[in-house]
Amino acid sequence: MAIADIEFDAKLEKIVYQRPASLDDVHTHYCPGCTHGTAHRLVAEVLDELELRERTILVASVGCSVFAYNYFNVDACEAPHGRAPAMATGIKRVNPDNIVFTYQGDGDLASIGMGEIVHAASRGEQITVIFINNAIYGMTGGQMAPTTLIGQKTTSSPLGRTLEMAGEPIRIAELLAPLPGVAYSVRRSLHDARHVLQAKKAITAAFQAQLQGLGFSIVELLSSCPTNWGMTPVEALGWLNDNMIPAFPLGVFRDVTKREA
Amino acid sequence: MPKQLLKGNVAIAEAAVRAGCQAYFGYPITPQTELLEHMALRMPELGRAFLQAESEVAAVNMVYGAATTGVRVMTSSSSPGISLMQEGFSYMAGSEVPAVVVDVMRGGPGLSNILPSQGDYFQVTKSAGHGDFHPIVLAPSTVQEAIDLTVLAFDLAEKYRTLVFVVADGTIGQMMEPAELPPMQPVPESRPDWALTGARGRPRNINTSIYLGAREMEEANIRLQEKLRRITANEIRYAEQEVDDAEVIVVAFGTAARVAQTAVQRLRKEGLPVGLFRPITLWPFPEERLAQLSEQEATKRFIVVEMNAGQMLLDVRASVGRKFPVHFHGRMGGVVPLPNEVEQEIRALFALDDNHKMQMTMEGSNGNRRH
Repeated sequence: MAIADIEFDAKLEKIVYQRPASLDDVHTHYCPGCTHGTAHRLVAEVLDELELRERTILVASVGCSVFAYNYFNVDACEAPHGRAPAMATGIKRVNPDNIVFTYQGDGDLASIGMGEIVHAASRGEQITVIFINNAIYGMTGGQMAPTTLIGQKTTSSPLGRTLEMAGEPIRIAELLAPLPGVAYSVRRSLHDARHVLQAKKAITAAFQAQLQGLGFSIVELLSSCPTNWGMTPVEALGWLNDNMIPAFPLGVFRDVTKREA
Repeated sequence: MPKQLLKGNVAIAEAAVRAGCQAYFGYPITPQTELLEHMALRMPELGRAFLQAESEVAAVNMVYGAATTGVRVMTSSSSPGISLMQEGFSYMAGSEVPAVVVDVMRGGPGLSNILPSQGDYFQVTKSAGHGDFHPIVLAPSTVQEAIDLTVLAFDLAEKYRTLVFVVADGTIGQMMEPAELPPMQPVPESRPDWALTGARGRPRNINTSIYLGAREMEEANIRLQEKLRRITANEIRYAEQEVDDAEVIVVAFGTAARVAQTAVQRLRKEGLPVGLFRPITLWPFPEERLAQLSEQEATKRFIVVEMNAGQMLLDVRASVGRKFPVHFHGRMGGVVPLPNEVEQEIRALFALDDNHKMQMTMEGSNGNRRH
């Protein structure tokens, strides 16, 4: 039977999975096995579900996600290294009706951008921050980040990070949570399906916090970097589970959304 | 509008408000702080955005963010703060967003002091950040001109999608003078079509300064350079005083020009043929006009007077060529030159020519006019 002979009635079907409208139909430049793609998809699904795509402005950052604006089908700009929260502040202050979010890695947010993130959080800026923590500088080729684990080898800590030289990795979700301007601060992981679903719930709550004008919201997502960790994608997800989660416990560190409801 | 006694910093701030400035982000630094303080009061009462940032680095990036949405936005600072803002300036130039920056210059290098200086000339005209770009740089020499140029700055920024600097110095910022404020302009209702406002019913807008391919990046640079050429062709501004028959022309901007003007007026009263050329745009620099003046029959010498070690001096020399005599008088570190010392410097130049004339007469030689 030729394909043309097959009768097809679209009405009988329900589409259960497709590319979200908030993602553009393009290939990304991310490495195989990198969880940026998962994070992008989750954010895009949430923007679709909350019907925010046409109201949203993305502030991309410097790092592997520098081209995020090519993948999200929303208005977007690209901040200098670490300055995304300051740019987002400028945007939100003049466009209070827009939904503004930054998408930042750990080098960008927790190192060079520590000043901007702390002050934006402290002011209670009505923005949402998607924070990708993969314990390494990805784009520049695997250097030590402020989130690199003790003992973890990177190109700039070739013998492993030591406490003496670089201190403990910085736990951003916990660090920002006590600031009064923060409405929602949570850490989730992208290493398996169950955790991915939890991550999506957190992203939804973060955007809802902004929609309700409750203050600053941040979702830290533990992510894998197989290329710079020197592992296969599957090994990398296992390493994340075994090593990163003990160092960066998953949890909700601040949530005023429920209190307000 | 009647004249009022206005402090320079306050006058600039109020001029910006009346020019329709919709957002201000800044950080306190002497001697510009009154500008920020005025905005802190005025912007919220008009329902516009004001925020004291945690640093100049954050302030300039807030400006950058707001600028991507197509509103009229400004910041102000003073020399060390302007150094910190260079990152944002370069990104804004690269992504072609309009913004106004006020630099109330103080001493340098380093923390230096809070006194008036013109030591940021190189920084604002030539090296406001990495990469090939120039902001438009407007240099007022009175409080009134600071008001007028601030209004102009917003128009030029929008017209060319570029950074426009208003460079005052501590004197203009802190001085009170009678001046007239402009009428209140309404805040623009609509946003330009490139602005980030949410992709409702249109394809998404992207604002970025990254072009990964060499050819792409070169094309972006070529586009920028074309814009700079357009600005150079249309926006050069300068003022002249009695230059037509002047043997010595003083070249100075801002406060230094004001001091030089007094010296020039005094010497003119004595009948000495001296004039004043005052660039109002420091970039684009009025080099053609200076070249013309150097070709005038009467003109023998230029003297550049600045509150720095000789920064605009290089542009004057580049304009008139190596062979034309260009002298320099500069004070640094917050010292404002006095009319008397400028007067003396000019007299010394006339004496030079007089001695030369006498010598030539004695030798019975015609010599070279510009020897």
